[in-house]
Amino acid sequence: MNLLSVNNLHVNFHIKGQDLAALIDVSFTLNRGERIAIVGESGAGKSILGFSIVNLIDKPGYIKSGSIKLQNKEITTMTPRLLQEVRGKRIAMIFQDPMMTLNPVLTIGAQLVEAIRSHTRISFKDARNIAIEKLHSVQIASPEKRFNQYPHELSGGMRQRVIIAIVLLLNPDIIIADEPTTALDVTIQAEIIQLLLDICRDNSMALLLISHDLGVVSRVAERTIVMYAGRVVEEGPTLEVINDPQHPYTQGLLNALPQMALPGQRLNQIQGNMPSLNERPTGCAFHSRCPYATDKCRQQQPDFIQSGVSSVACFMVENMITEFEQNTDEESL
Amino acid sequence: MFVFLLRRLAQAFFVMIVISIISFAIQNKLGDPVQQRVSMTVSPIERAQLRQQLGLNDSFLVQYWRFAKKAVHGDLGTSYYYKAPVLDVIFKKLPATMELAFCAIIIVIFIATPCGILAAIKPRNIVSKIVVAFSTMGLSIPIFIIAIFLVYIFSVKLHIAPSFGRGETTNVLGIWDSGLFTKDGLRHLMLPSITLAFALMPIFVRLIRAEMIEVLQSDYIRFAWSKGLSSRRIYFIHALKNTMLPVITVGGIQAGTLIAYTILTETIFQWPGMGFLFMDAVSRVDTPLISAYLIVVGGIFVTTNTVVDLIYGLVNPTVKLANHGL
Repeated sequence: MNLLSVNNLHVNFHIKGQDLAALIDVSFTLNRGERIAIVGESGAGKSILGFSIVNLIDKPGYIKSGSIKLQNKEITTMTPRLLQEVRGKRIAMIFQDPMMTLNPVLTIGAQLVEAIRSHTRISFKDARNIAIEKLHSVQIASPEKRFNQYPHELSGGMRQRVIIAIVLLLNPDIIIADEPTTALDVTIQAEIIQLLLDICRDNSMALLLISHDLGVVSRVAERTIVMYAGRVVEEGPTLEVINDPQHPYTQGLLNALPQMALPGQRLNQIQGNMPSLNERPTGCAFHSRCPYATDKCRQQQPDFIQSGVSSVACFMVENMITEFEQNTDEESL
Repeated sequence: MFVFLLRRLAQAFFVMIVISIISFAIQNKLGDPVQQRVSMTVSPIERAQLRQQLGLNDSFLVQYWRFAKKAVHGDLGTSYYYKAPVLDVIFKKLPATMELAFCAIIIVIFIATPCGILAAIKPRNIVSKIVVAFSTMGLSIPIFIIAIFLVYIFSVKLHIAPSFGRGETTNVLGIWDSGLFTKDGLRHLMLPSITLAFALMPIFVRLIRAEMIEVLQSDYIRFAWSKGLSSRRIYFIHALKNTMLPVITVGGIQAGTLIAYTILTETIFQWPGMGFLFMDAVSRVDTPLISAYLIVVGGIFVTTNTVVDLIYGLVNPTVKLANHGL
């Protein structure tokens, strides 16, 4: 059985009398110990997807339909009491900006210990020992000293390590990491990513990495999901998605990597902007920016089709596959 | 900490000098002290002699220097009306005002805080809608209207609480006349302290609500939710502590407003405190008493704000009093 399965998830935002779709028909599964990346531009719905898995979408957002199952337990309909048990203990989250994630007026120790004590009946002393051990395991020097310090006394990289330690406290099955390195500088990014990777491997934890850094994604994730304007547009093994992108949007994303431009040339970019929630076009949402768009793309939403080991939602790819199949059929005749 | 205190003390000293100059300067502008002291029958020559004796012909700086020298020794002059040292007169009335302010602050803390929190975390709740509506109204209704309203209901109609005076007091340690220990004293405290509390309540309810709403949207609160903490812990430990930081600062500044409102409240309820004394002093043009009151109130204000800064430093770890040199 899948550890986590998201099926036909729709998340909407109710803003000024309008009901705007932020996530449309999102489905994917995550197995024990598996590492999946979700990529896409800002505003594609990556973070909303991450938050909706633990039912933490801010109002006026809400889960409109679909299901999120943790093993066989449905998360979307859980009582607050049960949700509280899932959060932190089964599914833990790492946020983007370590400078903002820790409470500035509470000590590191207090924020570690409360996480343990809200899930297990355990004395403060025992909780403190576990906390210090976890701080040690995320390579924080002199954890006893750090335990009594406040967040502002630590550097950004150090704080992200503390956050990872908090996340590790209860040995969750799934870690959702929402752009965990975006706010850090490059050398520290590499260390944090390596740490996350080691931790997930050693404890066979599943990782849902939300990122727009394709370099990080290729290092960490086994599978990659590409999102655009609230929909999944492509999904497949990371190597496949990165080396042989099918959807024009994925191709554009990869083309936009600075490494893809020649020195002295302008960097490549995908023309135009992603449509905002209230001006979503008909048909495939990407059609206005897509070099291959046809009338059909402007009117209809493409379904997922299997292309090799990936699945893609694009009419162009669909046409290519049918043509290819026809050709091979003719040849075999 | 020690250096911090020393710096604050130096600041306070400077502020007190400025206050004393201002309050001394207005003495000459509030009428002729000679006129106040003598009767109609005293001849102009005798008046001129008295003027010379009192040193009123000296320059302002000389007069102020004389005043300041005495002030350092705790002598701010003699009240024209009470014929007693002004500080003695004021300190006799100080306990009444302090107890009134204390009760009002307690009421504000224990009502405004839960109301503000409720309005922030349950904005759709009917009670929080009422709270928000009342706080808007409270901001725009002057407190003497509230006072009259309270007197009408609780004194005239229900006969629960008396509408004037302090009632029975007990003497504590020979220096403090307290109304907090007798039933009669507490009954007399009821209406004035509620009135005074009403003066500050709306500001604090609105401030706590606004701050709490902002804090609840921050990343660390989201992270706290994602850790699976109980909502009680998130609201009252994670959010409240951050909410209180700006509230503490505003609280210090509002101490001034509180003192200003004691004058109003004490006048309405004939409360024998400093504010009431001040109003009397103004109508009697008892200038030494007026300036002494201003200096004492200035001192209270400066002290309160120093204490508030100390508390702020204790609550907010990112403010290190030690950075000013421990």
